[in-house]
Amino acid sequence: MYLVAWRMLVGDRAKYLGIVMGLTFASLLITQQAAVFTGLMTRTFGALTDIGGADVWVMDPKVQFIDDIKPLQDTELYRVRGVPGVAWAVPLYKGLLKARLESGTFQNCVVIGLDDATLTGGPPRMLEGSLADLRRADGVIVDEDGARGKLARRPAGPDGPAVPLAVGDTLELNDHRAVVVGICRVQRTFQSQPVVYTTYSRATQFAPRERKLLSFVLARARDGEDPRAVADRVQAATGLKALTRDEFKEVTVRYYLKYTGIPINFGVAVALGFIVGLAIAGQTFFNFTLDNLRHFGALKAMGARDGLLLRMILLQAAVTGAIGYGLGVGLATLVGIGASDTELAFRMPWWLLLISAAAITFICLASAALAIRKVVRLEPAIVFRS
Amino acid sequence: MSVAAPASERVALRCRGLTKVYAEGAARTVALRGVDLDVLQGELLMLVGPSGCGKTTLISVMAGILDRNEGECTVFGQDLQGLRPAARTLFRGRNVGFVFQAFNLLPALTAAENVAVPLLLAGVPRRQALLRAHTLLERVGLLDRAGSPPTSLSGGQQQRVAIARAIVHDPRLVVCDEPTSSLDHETGRRVLEILREVAATPERALVIVTHDPRIFGFADRIAVMDDGRVVRIETPAVPASGSPT
Repeated sequence: MYLVAWRMLVGDRAKYLGIVMGLTFASLLITQQAAVFTGLMTRTFGALTDIGGADVWVMDPKVQFIDDIKPLQDTELYRVRGVPGVAWAVPLYKGLLKARLESGTFQNCVVIGLDDATLTGGPPRMLEGSLADLRRADGVIVDEDGARGKLARRPAGPDGPAVPLAVGDTLELNDHRAVVVGICRVQRTFQSQPVVYTTYSRATQFAPRERKLLSFVLARARDGEDPRAVADRVQAATGLKALTRDEFKEVTVRYYLKYTGIPINFGVAVALGFIVGLAIAGQTFFNFTLDNLRHFGALKAMGARDGLLLRMILLQAAVTGAIGYGLGVGLATLVGIGASDTELAFRMPWWLLLISAAAITFICLASAALAIRKVVRLEPAIVFRS
Repeated sequence: MSVAAPASERVALRCRGLTKVYAEGAARTVALRGVDLDVLQGELLMLVGPSGCGKTTLISVMAGILDRNEGECTVFGQDLQGLRPAARTLFRGRNVGFVFQAFNLLPALTAAENVAVPLLLAGVPRRQALLRAHTLLERVGLLDRAGSPPTSLSGGQQQRVAIARAIVHDPRLVVCDEPTSSLDHETGRRVLEILREVAATPERALVIVTHDPRIFGFADRIAVMDDGRVVRIETPAVPASGSPT
């Protein structure tokens, strides 16, 4: 009888396609929008992902997220180094500086200044040059997307291609000459600004003069020490805020969730996808059941139990749900693949697929519940009524 | 008027004082007002009467798909209303065959698959059910259309498929609701001949609700209903030609 249920479903092609399309649309919108939201949230802590090596990030107690820079005095570095359990601690500069391009236009760049001696926290992947090249005079390493995009030289003619910034090219950072010595690949930043790596001392030269320029102190716990315990000790000893890398990521995401309209905007889109999917699939599925009510009545009269009809309807819902979910997730994945080299933030972790599956399952169950209610309450005598 | 069967006859269906009231809000419609009727084994009984006289309600109660309010109704000695819903459904599935006015064939299935549905509901393996369905389609002269969907069949062919479906599981009671109403005269006669031939066996009873006087000749007895009652029982004056009676 399950084959009969399947044949009944696909036999009414228009409704079958309507249900599948509704579920596909819902699945696509829910998955795609949630993936873009997750991608955006991932970008908020892109620098934290890229800057490796340190277990503990030390900062001003008022810092709320990674881009909320409240500089420290340079002496704080030595205080952190003196805390028991700290293997090493290095300074990190992180700031937004203006780069003057060859065309005369200006472009804001995220400038990251690494400890001169160790270059700790350098880019995770070098495409050209090496991290050590930062020790060359005026050396900077530029990220691949920035070099190809916002920092690229404009074409001479109106239709000429932009020329990516390359090793050996120069640019001006806050009126200071900088020479590109390497190209790296990093996570895209939240605002998609180019990322420029240099040494700490050079970064503080590029930066406008301020009394305090130390953005963060990066510390490493000694072997066998719990980074969380070390962070507590740093906090107690210095009065500064100390977070492990994962904690800092969480704090950053929480800030964006709480103080920006991003979650609401994406939440609305996801909710719309859910509601529209529920409405289309639910209504079409219900109409499909209404259209087949006489047949269900006939089956009841001929000896089909309610349990069997319930399972037949659940099978129809499950089949359409699985197809719609698969198509929706597949399309969302294609969107993600297609947008992998673009500005579009897109990240689809496994748990997002589970959330999307749960939403589609809910839509299918709700649609099936309406139909089941109708069929279970159906008097088989309906088959004799004209 | 005598509705009771002679003691020597074997009764397939016995109704006594059958009452059915449809109530919707304050509105009450009395559809059956104490119906007394016996249907014998091997008999083809027709229920006739004006629209709204309770014919369809009566066969619904007889077939166990509608509950009565009062009275008694047994099918081969079994009071269906006394059974639990699951047991009643099981009894119906094994012992009752239906022929509907609008055929009610599943449009997505082939003729053979439609015929096989009662067997599939009874748990018969698909291959076996289809084999039996083909045998029945051969009996109603539609073996060559076994793979056709109902939409490609004429009204008469669809009704023949419905008849095959009604008897494929060898039920003891077959109820038919206006089986010829949407068919032309000749096709209606042919359908009744088939019904008579394949359904009316000594162990089986056939109850047909009809408005169509042209087929009265196929009946063994005709129960005339009016206003929720069986007002008289008749025997057709002229048996239909080709009818075995």
